[in-house]
Amino acid sequence: MSTIKIELRQEDVAKIKEICASFNNEPQELINVLHTCQQHFGYLPAEVQEVVSDELVVPVAKIYGVVTFYSFFTMTPKGKHPVSICMGTACYVRGAEKVLDEFKKELGLQVGETTKDGKFSLSSLRCVGACGLAPVVLVGDKTYGRVAPDDVKNILKEYEK
Amino acid sequence: MQLLVCGGTGCNDLQSEAILDNLRLELEANALENDIQVIKTGCFGLCKLGPIVKVMPDEIIYTKVNPDDAREIVTEHIMKGRKVERLLFTDPITKKTISKAGEMNVYKKQLRIVLRNCGVIDPENIEEAIAHDAYKALGKVLTEMSPEGAIKIIKDSGLRGRGGGGFSTGLKWEIAFKNKSDEKYVVCNADEGDPGAFMDRSVLEGDPHSVLEAMAICGYCIEAGKGLIYIRAEYPLAVARLKTAIKQAREYGLLGNNIMGTGFNFDIEIRYGAGAFVCGEETALIHSMEGLRGEPTVKPPFPAESGYRGKPTNVNNVETFACISPIILKGAEWFSSIGTQKSKGTKVFALAGKINNVGLIEVPMGTTLREVIFEIGGGIQYGKKFKAAQTGGPSGGCLTEKHLDLPLDFDNLIAAGSMMGSGGLIVMDEDDCMVSVAKYFLDFTVEESCGKCAPCRIGNKRLHELLEHITKGKGTMADLDRLRNMSLVIKDTSLCGLGQSSPNPVLSTLDNFHDEYVAHVTTKKCPAGKCRDLMEYFIISANCVGCTACARVCPVNAITGERKEPHLINPSICIKCGACMEKCKFDAIIIQ
Amino acid sequence: METIKLTIDNKIVEVQKGTTINKAAKQLGIDIPVLCYMELHDLNIENKPAGCRICVVEVQGRRNLAPSCATKCEEGMVVKTHTTRVLNARRTVMEFILSDHPKDCLICPKSGTCELQAMAHRLGIREIPGQEIAAMSTYRKDTSPSIIRDLDKCILCRRCEMMCNDVQTVGALSAVNRGFMATVAPAFEQNLEYSTCTYCGQCVAVCPTGALTEVDHTPDVLRALVDPTKTVIVQTAPAVRAALGEEFGMVPGTLVTGKMVSALRTLGFDYVFDTDFAADLTIMEEGTELLDRLNRHLNGDKTARLPILTSCCPGWVNFFEHYFPDLKDVPSTAKSPQQMFGAIAKTYFADKIKVDRKNLVVVSIMPCLAKKYECQREEFSTDNNRDVDFSISTRELASFIKHANIDLNTLEDEEFDTPMGESTGAGVIFGTTGGVIEAAVRTAYELQTGKKLERVDFTELRGLEGVREATIDFNGLPVRIGIAHGLGNARKLLDDVRSGKSQFHAIEVMACPGGCIGGGGQPLHHGNSDIIKARVAAIYAEDKKKPLRKSHENPFIIKLYEEFLGKPNSEIAHHLLHTHYFDKKKKVIVKQ
Repeated sequence: MSTIKIELRQEDVAKIKEICASFNNEPQELINVLHTCQQHFGYLPAEVQEVVSDELVVPVAKIYGVVTFYSFFTMTPKGKHPVSICMGTACYVRGAEKVLDEFKKELGLQVGETTKDGKFSLSSLRCVGACGLAPVVLVGDKTYGRVAPDDVKNILKEYEK
Repeated sequence: MQLLVCGGTGCNDLQSEAILDNLRLELEANALENDIQVIKTGCFGLCKLGPIVKVMPDEIIYTKVNPDDAREIVTEHIMKGRKVERLLFTDPITKKTISKAGEMNVYKKQLRIVLRNCGVIDPENIEEAIAHDAYKALGKVLTEMSPEGAIKIIKDSGLRGRGGGGFSTGLKWEIAFKNKSDEKYVVCNADEGDPGAFMDRSVLEGDPHSVLEAMAICGYCIEAGKGLIYIRAEYPLAVARLKTAIKQAREYGLLGNNIMGTGFNFDIEIRYGAGAFVCGEETALIHSMEGLRGEPTVKPPFPAESGYRGKPTNVNNVETFACISPIILKGAEWFSSIGTQKSKGTKVFALAGKINNVGLIEVPMGTTLREVIFEIGGGIQYGKKFKAAQTGGPSGGCLTEKHLDLPLDFDNLIAAGSMMGSGGLIVMDEDDCMVSVAKYFLDFTVEESCGKCAPCRIGNKRLHELLEHITKGKGTMADLDRLRNMSLVIKDTSLCGLGQSSPNPVLSTLDNFHDEYVAHVTTKKCPAGKCRDLMEYFIISANCVGCTACARVCPVNAITGERKEPHLINPSICIKCGACMEKCKFDAIIIQ
Repeated sequence: METIKLTIDNKIVEVQKGTTINKAAKQLGIDIPVLCYMELHDLNIENKPAGCRICVVEVQGRRNLAPSCATKCEEGMVVKTHTTRVLNARRTVMEFILSDHPKDCLICPKSGTCELQAMAHRLGIREIPGQEIAAMSTYRKDTSPSIIRDLDKCILCRRCEMMCNDVQTVGALSAVNRGFMATVAPAFEQNLEYSTCTYCGQCVAVCPTGALTEVDHTPDVLRALVDPTKTVIVQTAPAVRAALGEEFGMVPGTLVTGKMVSALRTLGFDYVFDTDFAADLTIMEEGTELLDRLNRHLNGDKTARLPILTSCCPGWVNFFEHYFPDLKDVPSTAKSPQQMFGAIAKTYFADKIKVDRKNLVVVSIMPCLAKKYECQREEFSTDNNRDVDFSISTRELASFIKHANIDLNTLEDEEFDTPMGESTGAGVIFGTTGGVIEAAVRTAYELQTGKKLERVDFTELRGLEGVREATIDFNGLPVRIGIAHGLGNARKLLDDVRSGKSQFHAIEVMACPGGCIGGGGQPLHHGNSDIIKARVAAIYAEDKKKPLRKSHENPFIIKLYEEFLGKPNSEIAHHLLHTHYFDKKKKVIVKQ
């Protein structure tokens, strides 16, 4: 592995600094800072973590330790249409695993991966609390309830354009 | 007249927002907008029937409403007073339509204290909350009570923490009160992580002020000036409503400095979780709020001595806080008259799985499992046979037929090898393999273990591997002993509650469904027909007409046979995809 | 101090409040095994994550077993330390840990000194049930100039993380990932080389297993020794002689100077020299620089920056290059003794014995791992030929000696070779915290005042306090001296220098707690700080024994200046014996 080359655009650096400053550069606010950064950049690349490290004066190793601890944070960019399959118990007992398998097959992806064209990414979620609709699939912000494996193709078709 | 539209996450996802808009448009079109109020409320608890529209004061419930149904509701019900029959609820057992909420079985046995305002008020309007007694208890405490006095009421009420362990809430407050410090914190644990449990989210979405008020009461009682709500980032709706509620409460002088002119200062901030189940453990939660990895630390010291920023901190979960105001207003005696000897009040359960009425219910402690599943829950879907109910999520165990008449409370559940946990109740039927269910929960724990202590980090992984081994038909009887020993040691030696309870699903299925495990390791069969590696597809020659449909669909050419002759499946080639069985029109293919 | 009475294994013991069960048991002579726990008592260093769960005990009234390392005694507590329940738990947990640990003890660098191996033996583990189906957590191996990380062997005791962050404040390592894949690594799990690692080696010094080890250079040294075209000379750092004996079963604090020389000669080194000689040379250069800056400062020269900081510790140099690059003109420019030795050996000495520097191999024996990195720095090479070719640690030397079947215990004492084997007591005390500055004071005093120093022992500069300060009277001129060992302590002094608050004229910094005697390349202390103290005493004893105790009195140093260097800080001295520093802080590159 080679050394991380930190290359960000001026405005990206300014944005990260602004986010950190909005939390008073307080190390205790690290998780809030990371949430806000991820909202802005879509993910948390090493470069972003390096700048946050400088601003909050927290070793970058510690920041990486936090990023890799929480499943909500990601260091890989998500697809344009992130597909998430709820694997909560209610969804599981109602066949979420088969739905997930179908998505894997259709997209040719494993969980955590993104298609080469950057269109779709696949992830599994822990209970989104919509158990009445189990099994539940989220594509971006849109929720699909009571999804059967046969529905998968049609769901993806909506985003094919 | 009022039209209440459920705005909980489940209904929201099914376009309840559009229903709301359409209702308003229809009312405007008929010049009724000034006479009829349309209110977006929190969850009704009827998630499987959503989206829900309730007409008040008639108490008529419409289920599975489409945005297009808005016109009919307005023109028929509102204008002509005629119920829209096709949107009414049909009881799955009696097949009768039921129009009034109170007549629905699902509501009959319920007692809604925590959910008192969910589905009743507009959670984004503080005035409605106040009209339903919000902040009355805070006023009472601030003007009429000493901290000790208020703590005594909570203690006497017998309220126990709804988040997991069931520790006395009053006692917890008392310890935090007695630890003197210039700085103390009240923390609300809203990092609801049990898969299948969503009561905290519903309370925050449906009645956020109940939690804010209780936190302020707690702040007064333990002499803390600041409250923090630690909430899952995956709950955007709840976060938005909390923010609105906090803002409105500040505007009304119910949070901030000099609350109600009494000189008491208390304010609340939101902190976000980031997807770590272990952060439900209070020391891990506190570390997470401090910007660290959410790893638990050894207790003692308890947060009440040294918590957030090393200061005395009281942590309660959402449901616990939601019980506080009614207790203050109606008294300890009222609350302690509900429930069982050692478990007072009510408990919210999230019903999920193979049950007809999936949703959120609240019942007095001591209600039996049978009442919950068969009366309130409407029984098992598709008329299948009840097999087990998992309570307490991945930390709990499963209850079986022999537990159906068990009054549900903290101690009974522990005695039955499960636990209350946060109140998730997943129902399983005859098609569920209990070894696979245990494996599913272990899969969750392995993923969610923080990794700090060896038994949880490695032990759970080993448990999961062994279960996997068994479901593949490679286990032995000796493995069952090993499973039990590993489980007991992981429970006995793990650092925090996660590891101390993670083997519960294994132990309780091992106890209650021992035969099922034995079948997996001796005859290498999965009685529920779930474990793919233990299945064999088989053609009953008497039923087979030799249509060749199965042979043509088989992706690996495992099926052979002449046209119009019975076919055969070669088990060494078969990949058990099930395509043949789906295709067969003569029920000639079975799983053995 | 308040005391507490409790019962451990049926015996009553009285302990101070706050004592842990483990320590209380020790008072009774009961040895409860610990694995992740580590304490260096006199250095105020404690690692207590309570993560391995090996030290669990039964506490009456508690549901689960308690970690004895982190559970404080309470009045009336009843503890059982070795019941069958405890024994079974310990064994099972140990089986878990071993199931995720490679079994290549045969070729593991830690074999024989591995705490995990010792524990497996102590608990009588002979097999690991279920190993055939147990997945192992595996990681990429990382080799840096000094340290090898083989995290497959990490048991997550977190000692390295604690040393790197809490003690050294370097922050190169953190716990990363979650659950089964949790481990300790630099940011982005990159190689150490790209982190802020200073190579102080304190992580290696505390690692219980083979997860963190030094890069072994003995094979390179062996190859040089067998090569007939090479002349191989060796230098030995002062701290080595005070610790090497431990590897051969001698009591900590045994000085083995003469035996070590004898062993090195037996191993085939052509000349056996002493780094102490170069330490005396360092004092000449650094002392002169100190006086120069001090006098210029006293004469009102604003360009003379004070305090001057010592620069003989390569871990410390790396530290300020990473964290205080803005202060890089503050430390002395004098090279470390290792590099001064190399520079003189490959010029003056090579000329003397008429060997081309390419055929002269300089090996150093160091208590340190940063020295490996230091000798590989580009600025310390001429025409791609390093001044010091290989640096091996005390541990590596011990294993080399054993490999050669040399019994250190029975060797006769021998003397170093001349000219670079001659040293004074001032050179010897470089090996301990406070020693460099004491040596500097001995010389600077006489050079500054022109008077003979009557009292050579400056006890006010000695001790193991993390930060120490003293004022030395230079015949009416008070010279204020600060001392820090451990980089966290150094950071405190540096922060003051940066903010302009520092009142010191000179500051000595050693990266390792205790100074070089506690270096990352020394025999493992396994958490026993008495060993560190014994080594310190040995160093001072050696100093006391020396006929000459001031660097400027070393006859061979005087001769070196006469024959070759002229005077301290001369042009040639500057060229060979001084260096410059780099800004290693990571910069954000902005894309245009």
